[in-house]
Amino acid sequence: MSMEATDVTDPEYFHKVVDCQWACPAHTPVPEYIRLIAQRRYTDAFMINWESNVFPGILGRTCDRPCEPACRRTRVEDKPVAICRLKRVASDYRGDISDRLPKIPTHKNGRHIALVGAGPASLTVVRDLLPLGYECTIIEKAPKGGGLMCTNIPEFRLPVKVLDEEVNRVLDLGAYSRFNEEITSLADLLNEDFDAVFIGSGAPRGKDLSLPGRSEASANIHIGTDFLGSVAFGHTEEIGRRVVVIGGGNTAMDCCRTARRIGGKNVFVTVRSPRSDMKASEWEIDDTEREGIPILDNHNPVEFVLTDGKLSAVVFEKMQAEYDASGKRTLKPTGEPPVVIECDDVLMAIGQENSFPWIERDLGVDFDDHGMPVVDSQTFQSTRPGVFFGGDAAWGPENIIWAVAHGHQAAISIDLHLRDEDLRKRPSPLTNLVSTKMGIHEWAYDNEISNDKRYVVPHTALDDALASLSVEVELGYDERLALAEAKRCLNCDIQTVFEGPRCIECDACTDICPVDCINFTANSEETDLRSRLRVPAENLEQALYVSDALKTGRVMVKDEDVCLHCGLCAERCPTGAWDMQQFFYQETGAQKPQVHAIAE
Amino acid sequence: MTHIAKPKFHHPSLPKNKLGLTHRDYEGVVSTLCAGCGHDSVSAAIIDACFRSDIEAHRIAKVSGIGCSSKTTNYFLRQAHGFNSVHGRMPSVATGANLANNSLTYIGVSGDGDTASIGLGQFCHAIRRRLNMVYIVENNGTYGLTKGQFSATNDRNSKGRTGKENPYPAIDLCSLAVQLGAGFVGRGFSGDKEQLVPLIQAALKYRGFALIDVISPCVTFNNHAASTKSFDYVRDHNDVMDRLDIVPHREEITAEYEEGSTVDVTLHDGSQVTLSKIAKDYDPTDAESVLPMLHAERNGGAIATGLLYIDPEEQDLHELMHTSVTPLNSHTHDLLCPGNETLAGINAAHR
Ligand SMILES: Cc1cc2nc3c(=O)[nH]c(=O)nc-3n(C[C@H](O)[C@H](O)[C@H](O)COP(=O)(O)OP(=O)(O)OC[C@H]3O[C@@H](n4cnc5c(N)ncnc54)[C@H](O)[C@@H]3O)c2cc1C
Ligand SMILES: Cc1ncc(C[n+]2csc(CCOP(=O)(O)OP(=O)(O)O)c2C)c(N)n1
Ligand code: SF4
Ligand code: SF4
Ligand code: SF4
Ligand SMILES: [Mg+2]
Repeated sequence: MSMEATDVTDPEYFHKVVDCQWACPAHTPVPEYIRLIAQRRYTDAFMINWESNVFPGILGRTCDRPCEPACRRTRVEDKPVAICRLKRVASDYRGDISDRLPKIPTHKNGRHIALVGAGPASLTVVRDLLPLGYECTIIEKAPKGGGLMCTNIPEFRLPVKVLDEEVNRVLDLGAYSRFNEEITSLADLLNEDFDAVFIGSGAPRGKDLSLPGRSEASANIHIGTDFLGSVAFGHTEEIGRRVVVIGGGNTAMDCCRTARRIGGKNVFVTVRSPRSDMKASEWEIDDTEREGIPILDNHNPVEFVLTDGKLSAVVFEKMQAEYDASGKRTLKPTGEPPVVIECDDVLMAIGQENSFPWIERDLGVDFDDHGMPVVDSQTFQSTRPGVFFGGDAAWGPENIIWAVAHGHQAAISIDLHLRDEDLRKRPSPLTNLVSTKMGIHEWAYDNEISNDKRYVVPHTALDDALASLSVEVELGYDERLALAEAKRCLNCDIQTVFEGPRCIECDACTDICPVDCINFTANSEETDLRSRLRVPAENLEQALYVSDALKTGRVMVKDEDVCLHCGLCAERCPTGAWDMQQFFYQETGAQKPQVHAIAE
Repeated sequence: MTHIAKPKFHHPSLPKNKLGLTHRDYEGVVSTLCAGCGHDSVSAAIIDACFRSDIEAHRIAKVSGIGCSSKTTNYFLRQAHGFNSVHGRMPSVATGANLANNSLTYIGVSGDGDTASIGLGQFCHAIRRRLNMVYIVENNGTYGLTKGQFSATNDRNSKGRTGKENPYPAIDLCSLAVQLGAGFVGRGFSGDKEQLVPLIQAALKYRGFALIDVISPCVTFNNHAASTKSFDYVRDHNDVMDRLDIVPHREEITAEYEEGSTVDVTLHDGSQVTLSKIAKDYDPTDAESVLPMLHAERNGGAIATGLLYIDPEEQDLHELMHTSVTPLNSHTHDLLCPGNETLAGINAAHR
């Protein structure tokens, strides 16, 4: 069985070639905004981002960046393009955008949505629905908007000015906010006669450990997320000199670094698992260590020790990881003598969970055995029509960009629901494919490949950074660095499009391709074909681009894996069988009702 | 021509040869030839053959004449020695270089104009003298560089791009070479590297004169419907005579061949070349049977390709002339310049 010719009219084919965009939950057109940065069109680059991910300034500093491990550059060089920090560049250097924001209709459509929580999920729903004429009311127990971005992400990573600006940009489109109000009953909220309810209340409860000494020492044992919130609102201004942080995720990193800035001198992070299994992002670990905070792995807390009725130490047993044949890990005590770390305060950062005590269980909103709402993964609707979930509230803690992606989808569903349309009829993405050819060897993009290594983002001097909670650690790229980093992008959205009937099988493209990805060979089934290429195509995640049979009966097979999008194949092709075409893909958000054509 | 440098990045799992090099380490500068030119494929085949043969590029000397084809020595083996000489004079330069330094491997690249017109005499004498070199003719039936005049290898029935008739018969370089005593004569097609690469590999191992006539379409001036050197025509009329298998010396021969279908040849360095013949009634080691075969193929409108003739016994120029096998640059000054007394003795002997 031979392989079918690739259908490049299916937008998902080329979309997948754009590794970063494919990996981004909100499918931000990454290479497009990076090219705009390279052209110093920062405002345009910002707007591309704003449309897709709503919070370019915030995400440009804090995003979990699933796009970066996916970056093609990791497969041909070493480190990915600094996609995330370039987003910040767009935000830092942009001009005024007020005239580019959507126009909000003064005539409303008569439908009113309630949103619980003012985190990124709810804010995205609001951003998408206000321009369609909906009215939106956000109810938030905190005194201001932003959710965990406001209460938990420390200011030294995300300046309040940036946060407020991006949150207010959404609220100022005309949302009604009811801050300082906690919803304690969904039934009551439903009685307020909203047309739909979106629950974006997050995963608000930090997990605890019940160990000997826990309750006796509770005055000095704090739940990490509560601690961070308390610091953010100025309720906590200092901590003991010796601090032990328990946990190895990003919350633990934020906790220890915050402690370091409000009085903690000897701060330790302790993790049960080996370091390589730590949940925290690599860059957060780097930043933590740069601030002189040791991370002790394989330390499992077993007891809190009190002296004179006050916390004085934590006792740990040493662990080691063992893996069974299937690679499944179990942590086992090594039997070494326990480790005692003396301390004044403990910060517990071992994860968060959802809790919905305020949702009555007789409203038709079903919950599963784990106490999680039953939510449709495509429509984000609960089992009660008109009640939607998104962000951390839907399936547990994730991150900002996922909350945004959920928000977009939920907004589409709310709109469809209120227009009595089928929630499964999702709008198709907006796509476009146009040639970039400008002359014989001239393209509308810069096809020269930069050999530069990833540029490091400059940091504030350590002493200055540690002196205050509000000094931002990262300074961002200056323009020179930004432009050099932008040039590292391989333009994966500029697609190599092959037109078989033009090909004379001269081999010029095969010969010039710097990464040996073009082949002319007999067709066969995929596994065999993959093994027979110039360089066998072993990365099964990446597609083969297969043509129809050519004149000699062979097919053109291109392994998309490490194509540099350098355009040399198209430059060396005598017949124009290869062309470099820009592929634009944008997710369609909630839309204005389609005006149906009147049948003639 | 392409304006950007060829990116340095290569495929992360590119195979390495015994020297730890990838085929990309054998590249030259980016070609300035027309996009799609057959000559670029020949360069790629040379790169691949040197890579597969574990040859150190700096042990190779590239020599050429003038023409699009002759320009290509710049497009492969950037670390090799090279001399881009004058039109039709590559064999003289190669002869001089070879006599002075017998330890390098010589790859000559020429065109059909460079070889069969202006350089025909030089070509014949290089063969006659059994110069130890690989002589590659990138044969497109036209003078590409000077904008498409008929060359001496253009077939009589092959018209020019504008319909112009060619009144002269073609010179068949392979027949000529066999006749003049070349020990290794092959023909390939730039569009079939599977055949061409092993042919070049075998030629590199061969000691003596090795000709490879590569039909290499000129996409700009001679790739039209009335041409007999176009991609389509060559594909339709290609008569593959044999397939080559090379086993370097000391390696065990494992391939199995059908009785009587193969001819084994042991080269000077002990490597074994196995030719799997494809049903043709001739013996590739017997010049007397090769010439009529080539004649018949040509008359039948076919282009015979493969390793057409091989004589493993032939001696090379150094053996024939008993000249210094040590490169001249390795001799001591005393030996190279033995002084007035010795010179006087030599002169006296001629009086
Ligand atoms: C310490 C820490 C650091 C983090 N750092 C990052 C990071 O760097 N990058 C990243 O991408 N993600 C990070 N995250 C995760 C990220 O903040 C969340 O995934 C994201 O904010 C979830 O958005 P959301 O809209 O679902 O809800 P949230 O941001 O959690 O917002 C929910 C809001 O709902 C309100 N609320 C809840 N219940 C009620 C109620 N009953 N009535 C009224 N209001 C209510 C809450 O007060 C809260 O403001 C971090 C999380 C933590 C804990
Ligand atoms: C002495 C001399 N005469 C004529 C020329 C003009 N000239 C340059 S290249 C060429 C023909 C080249 O033809 P060929 O060897 O077939 O090379 P191609 O360009 O086809 O590869 C001629 C006649 C010259 N350079 N020098
Ligand atoms: S753009 Fe063409 S030449 Fe460049 S890496 Fe991709 S396939 Fe190869
Ligand atoms: S360079 Fe163009 S014509 Fe030549 S093989 Fe490649 S696609 Fe076909
Ligand atoms: S003119 Fe012909 S031979 Fe010369 S580079 Fe162009 S295609 Fe090749
Ligand atoms: Mg020629």
